[in-house]
Amino acid sequence: MARITNVSEPAVSQVLPAREHAWQTERLHKDHQRLPPRRSRFTTLSGAPIKDLYTPTDVADIDYLADLGFPGQYPFTRGVHASMYRGRPWTIRQVAGFGQAEDTNRRYKYLLAHGETGLSTDFDLPTLLGYDSDHPVYSREVGKIGVAIDTVVDAHALFADIPLDEISTSLTINGSAAVLLAMYRVTGDERGISGDLLTGTIQNDILKEYTAQNEFIFPPEPSVKLVVDTMEYAAKCMPRFNPVSICGYHIREAGATAIEELALTLSAGITYLEAAKKRGIDPDALAPRVSFFFDVHSDFFEEIAKLRAARRLWAHLMRERLGCRDPRSWLMRAHAQTAGVSLTAQQPLNNIVRTTIEALSGVLGGVQSLHTNSFDEAYAIPSEQAIKIAVRTQQILLHETGVGDVVDPLAGSYYIERLTKDIEEQAKALIEQIDAMGGLVAAIGSGYVNQLIADSAWEQQTQVEANDRVIVGVNDFVDDENPSGMDLFELDPLTAERQIRRLKEVKSSREQRRVGEALRAIESTACDPRKNLMPEIEEAVRARCTVGEVCGVLREVWGEQRPSTRF
Amino acid sequence: MPIKVVIAKPGLDGHDRGAKVIARSLRDAGMEVVYTGIFQSPESIVRTVVQEDAQVLGLSSLAGGHLEYAAEILALLSEEGDSDVLIVLGGTIPERDAAKLLAMGIAAVFGPGTPTSRVVEYIRDHAPRLRPTA
Repeated sequence: MARITNVSEPAVSQVLPAREHAWQTERLHKDHQRLPPRRSRFTTLSGAPIKDLYTPTDVADIDYLADLGFPGQYPFTRGVHASMYRGRPWTIRQVAGFGQAEDTNRRYKYLLAHGETGLSTDFDLPTLLGYDSDHPVYSREVGKIGVAIDTVVDAHALFADIPLDEISTSLTINGSAAVLLAMYRVTGDERGISGDLLTGTIQNDILKEYTAQNEFIFPPEPSVKLVVDTMEYAAKCMPRFNPVSICGYHIREAGATAIEELALTLSAGITYLEAAKKRGIDPDALAPRVSFFFDVHSDFFEEIAKLRAARRLWAHLMRERLGCRDPRSWLMRAHAQTAGVSLTAQQPLNNIVRTTIEALSGVLGGVQSLHTNSFDEAYAIPSEQAIKIAVRTQQILLHETGVGDVVDPLAGSYYIERLTKDIEEQAKALIEQIDAMGGLVAAIGSGYVNQLIADSAWEQQTQVEANDRVIVGVNDFVDDENPSGMDLFELDPLTAERQIRRLKEVKSSREQRRVGEALRAIESTACDPRKNLMPEIEEAVRARCTVGEVCGVLREVWGEQRPSTRF
Repeated sequence: MPIKVVIAKPGLDGHDRGAKVIARSLRDAGMEVVYTGIFQSPESIVRTVVQEDAQVLGLSSLAGGHLEYAAEILALLSEEGDSDVLIVLGGTIPERDAAKLLAMGIAAVFGPGTPTSRVVEYIRDHAPRLRPTA
């Protein structure tokens, strides 16, 4: 990157390599002999070897204007907005969800009162998997790791008193996302808020469910079709809402490296847009509303480089591969969350420090919104006290440290730019490898992606157990600090009972004929892959059909995906 | 005869990274391992244990369903006359629940950060030696 240094080009190409070589032999090797390095091999968390020092020689192949450019301009390496956090601070968006809708609504209000600036919803497992709260086996999971939503009546309670036309909401749901997207729109509509005023994001990235998060319902093919349906529906009915948030987070948490996280995420994005293109939908009509969600893990520089590389690679893919002409299609807007897997059950207060550093890499990487984990999450969903510290962490970063006052402040660092370029190139190579297998759906079907992630997870575990990588409090600096004094969150044990009672009330007060017609319409439309299902799903939601009823009909038509038993 | 272990994921919890890492480390330690995959009901888990004639059942739970599922699996196993199966459980388990699990008959609870070697050792030391003929 001679062009971004103040060293003139002849000096870089001629004098510097010789001086650098001399420094290595005369100084560095002597240091290594005198002070043996504390590790036999230094690598990033993803296993890429790293040098002692980076100089202009390492960035000689990087061109400032072509590879970095200016923030808000192609290829967006330096950020998606020109003024970044000066004009638009990142959104403090803590995911929350437990119990019944009223319980989560109270937590929303608690978070907003403490300065959260966007909402984010975790749903319970029955909702995520398309079952109702009265399911004979799964009713015991009602409200446990998220909020229980059976019908739009619950959605109304979830967002009671929340100005949906003023605040953006993220809905973390995939298999049954189409139903929840329609519910959000109907909730707004029944409150007199039109679809074009709704802002937010629904996760709706089904492909990573088969490889990482495991909340899938139907086989990949109809599921991808349903994602395209929701994208088309949102573009028409709620044009400011992001109908898909393509996720690296869960892939990384399941054990993938940063490079695999990036490649698999972008590959999913391409898959959805190419499927839409096949149906005759112009990618430029959908791509501007595609958003992303990445992990920010513990390797500080690697994560910053990953986020910068992600934007550049996506911009190239959108422009060159998908042929998008609208600049809004090229830019990658991303949410990030600190790494849940980096939290330790041992000495849990240390997690506040880990989360702070991970959040900082998200900010320096230029994300648009951020979730900071709470220190008690290796045990349970967060207590109020713990989640407040997580919100305060972001406020301290934004207001006290100055890290958001300059756009992309680490650009031009020899190490950061080298790492950015390397991650970009390696992720690009993996995307090409997946293409050669017939695309991501085929690569998932063959078991390749699951094995890739499982092998990386195993590799990381092996490193920790061999003490190659120190985790403070786990394999070094261990003490007998007892975490039992923590004031952990506890769910009201009567939650499921109350939710089942409410479901009964809704079912007995709705218009049965309309319910039956709505479900039959879904069934007949689901049999025709050329038809968009969303109008029928929206009508079912209005008729107070349940998540379980809608998904049940689709299970009948499309079948269920069987879980993998590989390890 | 190698020790036979079933690693199971009860309920709808999809967090399977730990279950798979444990399955692999037990296999590497010479045990015979069957992994059920996610979305298993207590009945299907017990059926697998009985069919495979396993000495050890490892449950993985990271979504808060541990108390209910463990209780039901224990009850079903004793109905089957298989109450000598060594049952261990791993995942995100609050301390207060770990104590309850041990009291109801789970032999050991392994929290986040447990080295796989400790799980291997525990199973080697505690797996029932011989399967009684039913």
